[in-house]
Amino acid sequence: MREYIDGNAAIVRGALAAGCTFFAGYPITPASPILMAMMAELPKRGGVAIQGEDEIASIGMCIGAAMTGARAMTATSGPGISLYSENIGLAVMGEVPLVIVDVQRLGPATGGATTVGQGDVQLVRWGTSGGYPIIALAPSNVAECYALTARAFELAERFRCPVFLVADKEVAMTLATVEASAFPPVRVGERVLATTGAPYRYEPAGDVPPMHAYGTGEPLRFTGSTHDEAALISKHPPTVDALNRHLAAKIDEHLDELELVDADLQPGARDLLVSYGVSAGAARAAVQRIRATGGTLSSLVMQSLWPVPERAIRAALEGIERVVVPELNLGQYRREIERLAGARRVIGVNRVDGELIGIEELLGALA
Amino acid sequence: MTATTLRNALPYPFCPGCGHGSVLDRLDEALVRLGRDPRTVVIVSDIGCSGLSDQYFTTNAFHGLHGRSVTYASGIKLADPSLEVIVVMGDGGTGIGGTHLVNAARRNIGLTVVVMNNLNFGMTGGQHSTTTPEGAITSTTPGGNLEHPLDICATVGVNGASYVYRGTQWDEGLTDHLVAAIQAPGFALLDVWELCTAYFVKANRFNRRAMEALMTDAGLQPGLLFHREVAEYADAYRRAHAADAPPVEPRAIPVEFTATLERPLSVVVAGSAGGRVLSAARLVGEAAIRSGLWVTQRDDYPVTVKTGHSLAELVLSPVELPLTTVAVPDVLLVLSEDGLRKARPMLARMSADATVVTVPELAEVETEARVVVIDPASAPTRIGRGDLALMMLAATVARLELLPLDALREAARASPFAQSNLATIEAGAAVA
Repeated sequence: MREYIDGNAAIVRGALAAGCTFFAGYPITPASPILMAMMAELPKRGGVAIQGEDEIASIGMCIGAAMTGARAMTATSGPGISLYSENIGLAVMGEVPLVIVDVQRLGPATGGATTVGQGDVQLVRWGTSGGYPIIALAPSNVAECYALTARAFELAERFRCPVFLVADKEVAMTLATVEASAFPPVRVGERVLATTGAPYRYEPAGDVPPMHAYGTGEPLRFTGSTHDEAALISKHPPTVDALNRHLAAKIDEHLDELELVDADLQPGARDLLVSYGVSAGAARAAVQRIRATGGTLSSLVMQSLWPVPERAIRAALEGIERVVVPELNLGQYRREIERLAGARRVIGVNRVDGELIGIEELLGALA
Repeated sequence: MTATTLRNALPYPFCPGCGHGSVLDRLDEALVRLGRDPRTVVIVSDIGCSGLSDQYFTTNAFHGLHGRSVTYASGIKLADPSLEVIVVMGDGGTGIGGTHLVNAARRNIGLTVVVMNNLNFGMTGGQHSTTTPEGAITSTTPGGNLEHPLDICATVGVNGASYVYRGTQWDEGLTDHLVAAIQAPGFALLDVWELCTAYFVKANRFNRRAMEALMTDAGLQPGLLFHREVAEYADAYRRAHAADAPPVEPRAIPVEFTATLERPLSVVVAGSAGGRVLSAARLVGEAAIRSGLWVTQRDDYPVTVKTGHSLAELVLSPVELPLTTVAVPDVLLVLSEDGLRKARPMLARMSADATVVTVPELAEVETEARVVVIDPASAPTRIGRGDLALMMLAATVARLELLPLDALREAARASPFAQSNLATIEAGAAVA
């Protein structure tokens, strides 16, 4: 049995399979189908979905709900991420598990509502004040929309932080044929909520203590200000230092859990395509084309964008002389590859006209 | 045992003469009188001096971003209606988060909002706020405030709030009103005017008597201003959905026909919005899946809904393919002027081994591809604008033998509007 389904529907399926119980969002193309499906589906499963009065309210409600122990998700497009910005920082600071879907469209500003783009990959990384690590996953097809959404919930809970799912208009809205087996049940662990003791812990810096929630156990404090382990506001330098180093270390010390790639490396290949999202389609097709005619070509499709899967990238670069990075922006992620590529040539194939990068353009860059 | 206070041992940090401490004491009295367990109460504070409030209680606390306290409180209440959620904010938070106040009031989410309204920004240097009286001197209105002050109570009241009260830090009955507000099932707001002794009092020679005179002069009367019986939103939401049908398992498509296609084939349908182009293409895609093929459908349309072009790009393949763009379609259906405008670059790239299918009005399209003209007027039934795409696709499927027509019929049978879709498919088969 097969299904004919688009990425937005698969994201909703992945969220429901992962135990999502709360959703708030504001209409925006091309993410609105997620909002509409959640409004229809969550109450049938005992959850709550609400259309906020704006994006700020939507992510705010998700953060509040998450602090009661709800598994929360919101979905928007680039302009909405801009409005989420301050609350993303709050979720980082308060160590709130939250899944944020960005179905990218062409920017900047209103840009192209129904036009594909990949211009938000640095925005999700740096889009809040203060500068702390975040986690971002990027599906390149419908099956990955399901699997990576479920994974995003798992990582959000594991690391008590916001996790982005960075999709794009074409991955989210293109109908595709998918084997029913691409939607396996997700093993949803029991929610581990602590009921006593301090709600935060900064030593050892890389550890992630269990979350506390309102209504379960001792009263819980939460603050977006710098705080001690009881969440009382603090300006005490050693406390503030420990807090900030913990927020970074809890992600940076666990990169092995966060590197997700589809590495299709061919022995002897001198060329490597590094791609993500919708642009991975053309990359995978180019690999098929080249190999069908006896050529050699390697491909690395990144399913996790942040933290940069450096180990996987370095491994893929072994023996490679030339790297081609297709993106629907002017080379935002290419800089991360250049940083790791040493003396190798790194060539960008970039479009910002709302059209997809074609196989021929990639083959042209490899000529 | 019922607690005698929900205050902790920390002394308030507020300036001498500031009203914040006495208002918080009244809030504590109200919670004690109601016998609330601190574990079931969440105090959500905003930013500014009022934002310090939560730290002096033994309850749960949430101290978030400026102006957004009502959004966090709403999320908490929606997710766990058993919690008593109290928002403490200032007139600054009221201004920056005005839309959240109005919308929480409109929805009647069961929050109790206490606005500590001291008519200016006390923490950041005495700047004017949305409630600063006209003519008042602040650090940002040195010549006197030219703005009309916001009537917080009227704003939430006319938009449906359940319980709305205006008073001052000296009110004898404030505790009673806090109790009633907390007990009201819907959205409750108390606009409590206070002295900011650090700034507003000094800049305006302001005192209790001046505040009471200002209320009268500005027509902002104290007292209980709105009190209506309403359903609390989180509760109403659960009742409204209690009888929802259970979730429906996703519909899988059986493979029950065989297609003869040996290599990938792209079919682009270029028509107008409102012509059901995308849904017609989807039926063909489902028919192809029923025939054992792998299909993708990528759509293109402007931001408008019922005007402009509507374009569906189908790729049918005997093997699974990555998602890519179709530079040159194998088959292009041009159904309207809107579609033609969008399809021109593709037409120019198509060669003699490709096929264009179109209607008589557009038969003169410039292309090297083979042009097949199908006249909807020759169909046995009248083909409306909304049926053209499916009729032309059915005719194309039959004429070019892309798929078994029975697969398309089967897909139509499983679709909404099965009867009319089947009739349209038969019309297409007849003119093929």
